[in-house]
Amino acid sequence: MSDKTLTRMDLAEAVHEEVGLSRNDSAQLVESVLSHVSDALVRGETVKISSFGTFSVREKAARIGRNPKTGEEVPIHPRRVLTFRPSHLMKDKVAAGNKG
Amino acid sequence: MIRSELIQKIADENPHLFHRDVERIVNTVFDRITMAMANGDRVELRGFGAFSVKKRDARTGRNPRTGESVHVEEKHVPFFKTGKLLRDRLNDK
Repeated sequence: MSDKTLTRMDLAEAVHEEVGLSRNDSAQLVESVLSHVSDALVRGETVKISSFGTFSVREKAARIGRNPKTGEEVPIHPRRVLTFRPSHLMKDKVAAGNKG
Repeated sequence: MIRSELIQKIADENPHLFHRDVERIVNTVFDRITMAMANGDRVELRGFGAFSVKKRDARTGRNPRTGESVHVEEKHVPFFKTGKLLRDRLNDK
């Protein structure tokens, strides 16, 4: 494991190399991909990217939580959470790449 | 929304690009995220979320049909944590 962290800049650099657009345009397009995915999720849509994975929005019911430090009860409001389910292909690649 | 719809939306906004280039852009973004995780790297996309690799320890599993014990090797699985901005947007904050 190399313990590197990729950022938007690395993705933009990859688009620049693969497609030959300027770094600036590449960065904007990476941003555009992320915002379209985000916007669809905010609208409550499921986003399914074949061979990558599925992002879906789940509704969580209200419940009584507890502050673990003080033991005090606090209400947790109903909320929407995002879950990501990796595709089999991604799971296989990640498992194979990190073996041993 | 599926991959082809995402490509179409971006193509509509960028009429100066060839459709096949938009496909390559979208594919590059997702392929690089997968490649990074296959390398054991993290991918941090502020506001959106972070992809990382989690280690699952070896364990003794059970075949649910036969009840037989089976050894399950240690393995690494992809993990996604939603970014703060997106989490807030999902809850109209």
